[in-house]
Amino acid sequence: MEAVIKPEEVKVGIAEWQVARGPWRLVTLGLGSCVGIALYDPTSQIGGLAHIMLPDSSQFQDRGNRAKFADLALPDMLAEMLRRGARRSMLAAKIAGGAQMFTSGDRHLSLLNIGQRNTAMVRQTLQELGVPIIGADTGGNYGRTMIFDLLNGDVHIRTIGRPVKII
Amino acid sequence: MEPWEKLNALHLDALKEIGNIGAGNAATALASMLGSRIQMTVPRAGVLPLQEITALVGYEEDPVACVEFSVSGPAPSKIFFLLSEPSAYLLIDLLLGKPQGTTRELDEMGSSVLTELGNILTGSFLNAFAEFCRLEFKPTVPAFAFDMLGAVLSSAFLEGGYFSDRALVIETKFYSEAITISGHFFLIPENEALGKILQSLGLQLD
Repeated sequence: MEAVIKPEEVKVGIAEWQVARGPWRLVTLGLGSCVGIALYDPTSQIGGLAHIMLPDSSQFQDRGNRAKFADLALPDMLAEMLRRGARRSMLAAKIAGGAQMFTSGDRHLSLLNIGQRNTAMVRQTLQELGVPIIGADTGGNYGRTMIFDLLNGDVHIRTIGRPVKII
Repeated sequence: MEPWEKLNALHLDALKEIGNIGAGNAATALASMLGSRIQMTVPRAGVLPLQEITALVGYEEDPVACVEFSVSGPAPSKIFFLLSEPSAYLLIDLLLGKPQGTTRELDEMGSSVLTELGNILTGSFLNAFAEFCRLEFKPTVPAFAFDMLGAVLSSAFLEGGYFSDRALVIETKFYSEAITISGHFFLIPENEALGKILQSLGLQLD
């Protein structure tokens, strides 16, 4: 299957975030244990989508790419949205991903629980930023693509072998 | 500074040679299981961001099967063995002695067949690698996933405890003209392994 990015879509890669305004759509493909976070202000149609890999930057020396970490990416993306004219009081979040993709007889892998820890840190950081979460599709053992429509704030979740879900 | 920043062309050639020897042995093992000729491409070695590693295999949403191993010992590494969806189904049919086209979705039996196949091929890969470098490798229990390529590869790194968004990868593609199979082998030496591997081949990083 070929992943088609339509001209009105902006692709958000792994460990990246992007901000845009309706009628654009922001798309991030193949979230596994990573988490995607869509922030939206319906009054200005300004939205941001982040694809974070890890929960907590304080555990790493190399913080060269801030967009990789939940605790740094979200405040950075929020600041850029406000700079472009989004209203803080109107912002709400939708999140997806945070799966455990691999199964193994080895307990060590599931003990790391990276997907769950990513989701927990995203929730905590959004709470600290005062942004309510109004939709979530997290956990499980399958990959997800997020298509974030900045005309209405809908987030379409595409998976393999499941119907498309809108949060 | 990451140790891989000191890599020069000679080092990369040595790493490609490891890919060549390891994947060559694995391809031979696969060929004898299937009774078909298996060919492989010239290995590639380099330091790549995650997104480009994905692009070596296909598009982020392509369904793939992946068997992942952590390798302990003096040169800790990761090994990923990836198969496209059609190749995965075809291999299940061939290895279970079913007519081609029987398997159309992945069940528990199919997952175990592919995990075991990954086990055997990784074993052959590591044996050749170990003999060539005179280093000892111990693979962990395999972990298995079947899903979107992007989700599977990023999680193979993260769930395996590798947290950098770049990696030194040694990649080999294998394929067959007689039967439509295409797969990828990735060897990802962790930071402390790189110097050890090169040293075992008589090369120094500095």
